[in-house]
Amino acid sequence: MVDPIKVYPAKPAKVYFYGTCLVDMFYPDAGIAGVELLEREGIEVLFPQNQTCCGQPAYTSGYHDQARSVARAQLDLFPGDWPIVVPSGSCGGMMRKHYPDLFKDTTEEVKAAEVAGRVWELTDFLLNVCHIKLEDLGEPTTVAMHTSCSARREMGVAEVGPKLLGQLKNVNLVEQVRPEECCGFGGTFAVRHPEISGAMVSEKVDALVDTGTKQFVTTDCGCLMNIAGYAEKNQKPVEGQHILSFLWARTQSKGGQQS
Amino acid sequence: MSETAEHTGHHIDVKEFHPRAQAAIHDPKIRKNFRSAMDGLMSKRKTAFEGWDLETLRDLGANVRLRALANLPDLLEQLEKKLTENGIKVHWAVDGDEACRIVRDICKARDAKTVIKGKSMVSEEMELNHYLEEQGIEALESDLGEYIVQLADETPSHIIMPAIHKNTGEISQLLHDKTGTDLSNDVEYLTASARLQLREKFMNADVGVSGVNFAVAETGTLCLVENEGNGRMTTTVPKCHIAVTGIEKVVSSMEDVSALLALLTRSATGQHITTYFNMISGPRKAEELDGPEEVHLVLVDNGRSSIYQDDELLDTLRCIRCGACMNHCPVYTRVGGHAYGTTYPGPIGKILMPHLIGLDEGRHLPSASSLCGACGEVCPVKIPIPDLLVRLRQESVDGDKLHPAKVRGHGAKRSSMEAMIWKGWAWMHASPGIYRFGTGAASKFRALQPSKAGAWTDYRTAPKLAAKTLHQRMKERGQ
Amino acid sequence: MSSRETILQRLRNRTGGELTVPECDFSVLVRDDWSTKERIERFEKMIESVHGEVHHCTEDMWMDRLAELLNTRGARNLLIPKQHEIGQALRDAGRDDLPELLIYDEPIESWQAHLFNEVDASITSTRGGIAETGSLILWPNNDEPRLMSLVPPVHIAVLKASELYTTFHEAMKAQNWAAGMPTNALLISGPSKTADIEQTLAYGVHGPKELIVLIIE
Repeated sequence: MVDPIKVYPAKPAKVYFYGTCLVDMFYPDAGIAGVELLEREGIEVLFPQNQTCCGQPAYTSGYHDQARSVARAQLDLFPGDWPIVVPSGSCGGMMRKHYPDLFKDTTEEVKAAEVAGRVWELTDFLLNVCHIKLEDLGEPTTVAMHTSCSARREMGVAEVGPKLLGQLKNVNLVEQVRPEECCGFGGTFAVRHPEISGAMVSEKVDALVDTGTKQFVTTDCGCLMNIAGYAEKNQKPVEGQHILSFLWARTQSKGGQQS
Repeated sequence: MSETAEHTGHHIDVKEFHPRAQAAIHDPKIRKNFRSAMDGLMSKRKTAFEGWDLETLRDLGANVRLRALANLPDLLEQLEKKLTENGIKVHWAVDGDEACRIVRDICKARDAKTVIKGKSMVSEEMELNHYLEEQGIEALESDLGEYIVQLADETPSHIIMPAIHKNTGEISQLLHDKTGTDLSNDVEYLTASARLQLREKFMNADVGVSGVNFAVAETGTLCLVENEGNGRMTTTVPKCHIAVTGIEKVVSSMEDVSALLALLTRSATGQHITTYFNMISGPRKAEELDGPEEVHLVLVDNGRSSIYQDDELLDTLRCIRCGACMNHCPVYTRVGGHAYGTTYPGPIGKILMPHLIGLDEGRHLPSASSLCGACGEVCPVKIPIPDLLVRLRQESVDGDKLHPAKVRGHGAKRSSMEAMIWKGWAWMHASPGIYRFGTGAASKFRALQPSKAGAWTDYRTAPKLAAKTLHQRMKERGQ
Repeated sequence: MSSRETILQRLRNRTGGELTVPECDFSVLVRDDWSTKERIERFEKMIESVHGEVHHCTEDMWMDRLAELLNTRGARNLLIPKQHEIGQALRDAGRDDLPELLIYDEPIESWQAHLFNEVDASITSTRGGIAETGSLILWPNNDEPRLMSLVPPVHIAVLKASELYTTFHEAMKAQNWAAGMPTNALLISGPSKTADIEQTLAYGVHGPKELIVLIIE
């Protein structure tokens, strides 16, 4: 994974918000929290209504023709030169890292590379472009963090979540064993190899429960539905939410309150 | 392969990955052995690179390998010339069967009855031991782990630690049953008894067969990395030494080796260096008092020149066989090495084996990954393993008209059902109006969402559709 | 067509076309110039961390230390080089506190069983050492053949502190290995070991159980 060194832009007046399909259908609160946080930083949020999915599920399944046709439909959504922020390391990684490969040798090659270069994982953007300062208004609590593999390794934002949580004075961040190990989601991997994925997520949930915390936050909704779904089905005492939901709730009146 | 295999060896059906993986996952002993071993190896690796500019070192490792690959045919010819000048005989084999025949012919010419072996993954790839047995030649492994695996009539479950799947009790029982050693949980005792048995074998072996870690073109030197000393015994005591290696193992100079060695042992076992780094540049000279009279090198292609044709797949050949990718792989850690059913297990196996056995036989290998990227992150020569897995997934379903598949057996995993589902999916997601209508309707009728969703809900609850989609809520906000 | 030609032709006529040759910058391997003292300290730390033993000696007293080491181990004999000054000095000393001195001056075929079963210890010279990894450089020859440092259960190596390099890269460059290598060259970094049984370390699996380095300062 050879990544160019990240050069953060100056804080812009506007951003494009790319919600991702999982947030769209299952976790829109996380998307709204992200929008609210950006707006509080004085940024106007543009939400292209024609957005659907980045194409990653087909891409990682090997169906590149289909991935390309879906990804192509996203390329025209961002006509201005504003940054594109994504509340997901996984979809962000698809757009930033894999779009250039997917459109190599096509007429969209230049455009895809241009779009890719403007894509930012949203927490990274809040911390390193907006230089956000969070004021914690919540009750004292303890939380663990699971950074997705793509956020960690494709987007290089492993440090970001803990730094943001570190700004919250009443939040005690605890670390589970093997924080860098995959939770076992992996998109279609979870259904193609259910036993292996199940073994991975069960150990991830055990690691989280062993910290003694009752809650975790994560950068990605794929990991969230995997980890929280396993915990719920197996009645393990830990619940999860997207880190954006957590950050927004903690900095709104009394902690824990959500829209 | 140009002709039918002369020997069948141990035939494992690679396609039966799922049942083997499932069995491993439900075996607490396998789970525990691999988890604790991999945890130990990961932490040792981390410590071993402290104080190094690891990214720059990995860049150098990658460049050294890429430079060698860019000059591969020239370097092979230079290596052959230098080795020949040094008195080492060079042989070329297009596949494993030919390599086996070359080894057999050298043995027959010397009327050899017994072969002692140092660790060599290429010889595993060739299934050399079984072939030699069929030819009436005894082939005995001398690396302790390989020796244990051979006694158990198994294959290695890790390329560096072949017997990692067994615990002391099992090994003690095995040595007791096969060699008469007393039952004991004292590892030192078990090791000492193996030493005694193998010393006899070293003294009496007619031929030693080893692998090669680096073959140096500039000086005509074969480098072997090891801790036990069995590699030195194998290459020094018998009168004839045959080294077997893949054609990609050649590097240009000892300076290249100094970079790769710094990466190899630290990545593999977290050692700053192994006990022995053995550099062989020729047979025993007339005035020398020990060493083999004859040294041979068998250069094995076995699918490598096919990998070499493609710019992206070529990166597979950078591999220096450290095993760090498997040590860090969450899938390998859960299922162990035998589940794969291949010579090379884990991430490197998933990207290498499809070329050796074909994508039809190896169709499940590229999909058995969550693409977490841990392998690529630790690879000392920066092989983009996750990208290669995606490439092979594409090849296995013939999924890209722009870049037609090339690997033997491509398309084997394509099913018309799955292809149709992805076509439908793409149609919906490339049509924003239909997407909004569909997701909006799903939210509206979310009470009807089934609580079961295939294999997903065997382990987890299904995610719950929100009352309104983000699209709808943003629209309500006027955005 | 021979297999050789088949393979080379496939590589030469690669469908992807010619490959670009990347630059290789080896400066990451170059370590700050450590002082002799730092090199000795590092060497000692590294070799002890893998179960090796280091003894600081001088030209005047190394033989006393050697005698002590062999006596505490109850060694019945010591294999020494014939021509090297170490061997000469030992023979000339005529000491009665040393065990029987053996010389490897016949081809292995004539005394293999004896070497494997009866020799308790050996002493060899080195071509220097590597501080960073705690390694000894050995170029076996007809005076100090290959098996001398491998077969006996105790291997004692004499290392001159002045011949301690910082890194393998430095040693290989300084000794100009590119110009040609001997039939066999070795880096030895500790006694023979294995972790093949449940990752438990055990020493002396095939080679020496003990490696003792006499550093001559």
